[in-house]
Amino acid sequence: MWDYTDKVKDYFFNPKNAGALAEANAVGEVGAISCGDALKLMLKVVPETEIIEDARFQTFGCGSAIASSSALTELVIGKTLTEALEMTNQDIADFLGGLPPEKMHCSVMGYEALQAAIANYRGEEWHDDHEEGALLCKCFGVDEGMVERAVRMNKLTTIEQVTAFTKAGGGCLTCFDGLEACLAKVNAEMVAEGLLAEHEAYRLGGTSQAVVKQKAREMRGFVKAPEEPKPAPAAAPMISLDQIALVPPPSSAAPSASGGLTMLKKIRLVEETIEEMRPYLRQDGGDCELIDVDGNTVKVKLSGACVGCQMSSVTISGIQERLAVKIGLPFRVVPV
Amino acid sequence: MTPVYLDNNATTRVEPSVVAAMLPFFTEQFGNASSIHAFGAEVGGALKTARRELQALLGAEHDHEIVYTAGGTESDSTAIFSALESLPDRTEIITSKVEHPAILAVCDHLEKTGRARIHRIGVDKAGRLDLDAYRAALSDKVALVTFMWANNETGTIFPVEGLAEMAKAVGALFHTDAVQAVGKVPIDMKSSVIDMLSLSGHKLHGPKGIGALYVRRGTRFKPLIRGGHQERGRRAGTENAPAIVGLGKAAALALQHMEEENTRVKALRDRLEAGIQQRIPNCFVNGDKDDRLPNTCNVAFEYVEGEAILLHLNRAGIAASSGSACTSGSLEPSHVLRAMDIPFTAAHGSIRFSFSRENTDQDVDRVLDVLPGILEKLRDLSPFWAGTNETPKAFKPVYA
Ligand SMILES: Cc1ncc(COP(=O)(O)O)c(C=O)c1O
Ligand code: FES
Repeated sequence: MWDYTDKVKDYFFNPKNAGALAEANAVGEVGAISCGDALKLMLKVVPETEIIEDARFQTFGCGSAIASSSALTELVIGKTLTEALEMTNQDIADFLGGLPPEKMHCSVMGYEALQAAIANYRGEEWHDDHEEGALLCKCFGVDEGMVERAVRMNKLTTIEQVTAFTKAGGGCLTCFDGLEACLAKVNAEMVAEGLLAEHEAYRLGGTSQAVVKQKAREMRGFVKAPEEPKPAPAAAPMISLDQIALVPPPSSAAPSASGGLTMLKKIRLVEETIEEMRPYLRQDGGDCELIDVDGNTVKVKLSGACVGCQMSSVTISGIQERLAVKIGLPFRVVPV
Repeated sequence: MTPVYLDNNATTRVEPSVVAAMLPFFTEQFGNASSIHAFGAEVGGALKTARRELQALLGAEHDHEIVYTAGGTESDSTAIFSALESLPDRTEIITSKVEHPAILAVCDHLEKTGRARIHRIGVDKAGRLDLDAYRAALSDKVALVTFMWANNETGTIFPVEGLAEMAKAVGALFHTDAVQAVGKVPIDMKSSVIDMLSLSGHKLHGPKGIGALYVRRGTRFKPLIRGGHQERGRRAGTENAPAIVGLGKAAALALQHMEEENTRVKALRDRLEAGIQQRIPNCFVNGDKDDRLPNTCNVAFEYVEGEAILLHLNRAGIAASSGSACTSGSLEPSHVLRAMDIPFTAAHGSIRFSFSRENTDQDVDRVLDVLPGILEKLRDLSPFWAGTNETPKAFKPVYA
C-alpha cells in the first residue's frame, strides 16, 4: 500500500473538523463521486474581520484525500481570508509531512475547495464551474484554470506531473493536446517572469503522446484508449444534423473513401447506433447526443452523470466500440 | 490480536507441510535432475512424484501433459505465443475484457506490434460472458481462444468447457487461465476438450514463482523459452526442484481439501456476505452469484472509497483488497468492474474478501464486528451520504 506519513495516517484515522457546519457562510465543493474523490469545505467567516472562525469538511475519497481535507481545515482556522488565499496546495502537503507523488491531487483538491469557498463567500463566480470551453479534461472534470494554477504553484514541467497533481489526463487522454498546450503556455509565462529556468520549461511536443498513452493504459488496466486521430478522408464534408434533415445530401457525399458508405448513410448509421445506446446511458443517469460527424470523427455531447468524470471515458470508448461493430469502420468519438 | 487474512486470491500462505517437503531440496538433495549421478537421480525421482500429484489434481491423462513454468504469468504467455506460432495461417485471438493482465497485456502488445487481431469479448453486469459476441467473433482466422476459468476479482466462473467446444468447432486452440480455479473447483482434463490450462503454485498454498501449463497430448506447441531439453524441450532451464516438489505437495493437499473448499469455506464466505448485507445498507455483491468460486466475495459499498475502507480494515488486523483506483495507483477503478458496467459510485468502493481453508468462523465474526462501524464512520465523512441517510432502504440500484 501507499507510503503514507504518520501524520497522514493520523489525520485519516482521527480526522479533525469532520462533518457539516450548520453556521457556514462560505462553502466550496469540488470533485464528484464518479471521479473517485470529492470535497465539500464549509467555513464560518466573521464578517467584520474576515477571520475564518471555524472550518469543517466532508470528503469522499481515499486516505490521503480525507487527511488532506482535515489538514486544510486545521490550516485555515484562525486565518483571514487574505491569508488563506495565499496558501498553496504545497502547504497542505507540507503540513502532512508530504504526500506520495501520485496523491498530490488530493492536496490540489483541498486548495481548489478553499478558493471556491472564499469565492462563494464573496459572492463571486468560482471559475471552476466548467462553463463551455473551459473544461480541459472531460474525464475528470478539470478546467484550464485548475491546470494553470497547479502548474504555476507547483512548478510542474511534465504531463505526468500534471496528471499526478490534477488527475487531468488520467483517463482516455483525448485531452492530451489541450494539456500540453496549457502546460507549455504557463511554463513560458513562468520563464518570462523568472520563475522557471528556460531549459526546465515544457515545450510543445516534448512528450511523445504514444508513450503517455501507453502508460495511462497500463495504469488503467489495459483498456484501449481511443484511436489516434486519423486524418479525415479527403474532402469529407462537414454536415450538421439539422442540415441532413432539411437538405438532400451534398453531391460531394458520393461513396467516400471510408468503406464505400455515403456520408449520409454513415451519419444515419451513427445516429441509429447512438440512439440505441441512449436508454442504457439514461439508466445510469447520463445521456449522449450526436452533434456532428466529420469524416471519421463523431462529435457527441454528454450530459447528466456522463459529464466531468471518468464515466465519460467509458461512455466514449463504449460508443466507439459499438460504432466499430455496427458500421465496421473505426470512428473517433470526441466529447464536445 | 491475530491477523485475519482474507486476501487469498492475491496469494496464499505456504502450508507448513509444503515448506517441510521443499527444504531438503535446498540442502542435501541439491542435485540437478538431469545429472547422471546419484545426486541427480534422487531429485529426478522427487520431480516425478510431484508431477503425478499435479496430474491427479488436474485429472490429466498423462503426466507429461504438464509443463512447469515460473508461474501463471509465464504459462499464459507461453500458451498465447505457442498458439500463434503453431497456427501461422491464423492471426486472430479471442479473449475477454476481464482477463488478468497476464493475458490482456500480451494481447495489447501483439495488437500494437501488428502480430495479431484481438477480439475482446465483453461481459454483462454480473460478469457473465457475452456469448453472442463470442459466437460472432469465431472464424477460421482465429488461432487461439483464451478465457479465464474463474475471475480473480469477482470469482465469476466462465463455462469454459462449452466455450472450448465452440472454439474447437472452428479449429482454434483453446486456452484457459485457471490460476484462480485450480484447487477450488474440481477439474478433470481427461474428459475435457480444453487444449491448454495455466495454473500457479502460490494460489493454492504452494510456493511463488512456480506454475504449470497443461498442454493436452497431441496439441501443437512451440516453446517460449529455448535452451536445454528440460520438460521435453518445452521449457528450457534447470528445474526449480524445491518449488516443483512444493507445488506437488500443495496439489495433493488441494485435492484432499477440495470438498472442504466447497462446503466449509463456501459457508464462511456465504455467512460473511449475508452478514454484510444484513448489517450495512447500500451495498451489493459484484459478480455472478450463481456461478462463482466458493471462496470469493466482492462487495460494492456505495458512497465510500475502497482504499479508505482497506486502511481501516488493516488497522483492525484484517487484510482484504479493493478494485478501487486509489489503491492501484491508477486513477480509474478496476477494468473488471468497469467491464461489468458497475457505476463508478460503487466501483470506487468495491472490496474483495477471498477465503482459504485456513480461515475460521472467528475471522468472519471479526469482519462483521468492525466493518459496519468503518462504513458508518466513512459515510459520515462523505458529502454524498447525508442526503441519502434518511431513506437508505429505498436505494434500489438498477445494476444489482
Ligand atoms: C487469473 C490470474 N492469472 C494469472 C495470475 C498470475 O500468476 P503468477 O502470479 O503466478 O504469475 C494471477 C495471479 O495474480 C491470476 O489471478
Ligand atoms: S483523460 Fe482527459 S479527457 Fe479523458
